[in-house]
Amino acid sequence: MIQINHLTVCYNQTGCFAKASSLAAVDGVSLKIQEKSIFALVGESGSGKTTLGLAMTRLINAGEGGIVSGSVIVDGENILRLTEEKLRDIRGRKISYIFQEPASALNPIMTIGRQIDEALLAHGIAGKKKVRDMALESLRAARLDNAGRVYDSYPHQLSGGMKQRAMIAMAIAARPRLLIADEPTTALDIDTEKEILDLLLSLRAELRLSILFITHNIRIVKDIADETAVMCKGRVVEAGPASKVFRAPRHEYTKLLVLSTPENFRRGIKI
Amino acid sequence: MTNKLFVTGMAIVSVLAVMVLMAPVICRYDPVSINIKQALLAPSNAHIFGTDYLGRDLFSRVIYGGRVSMMIGLVAVMIALITGVVVGSISGYYGGVTDLVLMGVVDIMLCFPALFLILAVVAMLEPGIVNIMVIIGLTGWMGVARLVRAEILSLKNREFILTSRALGAGSARIIFKHLIPNAIAPVLVSAVLGVAGAVLLESSLSFLGLGVQLPSPSWGNILMEGKASLGVCWWPMAFPGLFILITVLGFNLLGEGLRQFFLPYKV
Repeated sequence: MIQINHLTVCYNQTGCFAKASSLAAVDGVSLKIQEKSIFALVGESGSGKTTLGLAMTRLINAGEGGIVSGSVIVDGENILRLTEEKLRDIRGRKISYIFQEPASALNPIMTIGRQIDEALLAHGIAGKKKVRDMALESLRAARLDNAGRVYDSYPHQLSGGMKQRAMIAMAIAARPRLLIADEPTTALDIDTEKEILDLLLSLRAELRLSILFITHNIRIVKDIADETAVMCKGRVVEAGPASKVFRAPRHEYTKLLVLSTPENFRRGIKI
Repeated sequence: MTNKLFVTGMAIVSVLAVMVLMAPVICRYDPVSINIKQALLAPSNAHIFGTDYLGRDLFSRVIYGGRVSMMIGLVAVMIALITGVVVGSISGYYGGVTDLVLMGVVDIMLCFPALFLILAVVAMLEPGIVNIMVIIGLTGWMGVARLVRAEILSLKNREFILTSRALGAGSARIIFKHLIPNAIAPVLVSAVLGVAGAVLLESSLSFLGLGVQLPSPSWGNILMEGKASLGVCWWPMAFPGLFILITVLGFNLLGEGLRQFFLPYKV
């Protein structure tokens, strides 16, 4: 189980003449992510959901802001207290990430295989000899047929869906406990989206993986999430089992969010 | 291949490189052996570039001198390249005070006219091949540093750097495996163009007597020696001058060709 307690993240705003001020992008958020569960973090743009995901392993640049307070407990240890070097070993190995745009999340001049190797070598999980086999295994786990060819491909030689699968293969290469998926299907078309979601669901079972699924798409949340939290302006306004929260929303903001569908827009329902 | 600049440049540079590397095979005379009786002979079958005022074979001197000049050019550019890449990537990646200090050093170095800085340093140190290479290298890295810094600044906020960090890569891995390989194309172009500049600079220094010391030949000091007999004959100055011209032209064409190849949007 991974627990987030009162996490607050501020972005510093410094100007030449204005006094330095700071803006809380995430404001005292507490969450519990159960073993093998899919936890959906829902909210509109700017609600702080991406910042929360990055802040969990302190990936926010020190220059831009910092974690003001709070803790992230993994295996009974507050990882936000760790030194940068120890935290680096958590990243990818215990908490891993996939991002929205697979095309820009992969290094354009490095083969897929070498990028997966990198993720393994960075943690010293495999030596130079075994690393290729482990990477190929990861690619197969991400349901990429012909893993050998993908291993030697550059990102531009793959389709969007394949790139996202390759990205997932990279993220699960070191067998993390939690995968933070930041809008992983937003850049994909709807068929590919379904495939990627199915993949994530089966990986959860195979690898005993918890997933923090960050999205603004309530349709997906209803399909795959066990639990959910709705964020608005840096705060969690409502949380609970996904089926319950969206069937019977209690908070005003959640109600509005549930009503904001293209169907309602076409029917002319005023929100 | 349709890149005419690249092909022409590559051809010129390759021919020159083969000539200077094969010097002992293609030269029939020792470049430093003096034979006063044969002084200032016009180009002929025996001496295709003629002989200089001490009767040394000019073809041998130009080819052996090319070895020295081109080696100085290449090594000096390597030194400039390594220094510039290291300074530029540290400056761009870490930013803040580090960036401010390093870019301050670059600005200060750029304030001095390079040739006069080199002349001052050479006047204090011993002129010699190694010193010349180091000095040309250490006065030529600032442009590379700025170029690399600018590339790194735009690359470090790209998403694949975040991915790499999010999967546990450390700073060294990110700089050497992700940032520098992505930034290297324009650096390579400027390095090739830099070789032309370094060859010219070496020739100027040797021409002024502060570069490669006699009797070792280099294109600059062959020119300097030829100057004395210019009133009598043209060949002691014409041939080394021609080789400098061709070399600089070759590297410039090659660099421009590489620029078209790597950075078609910047042409």
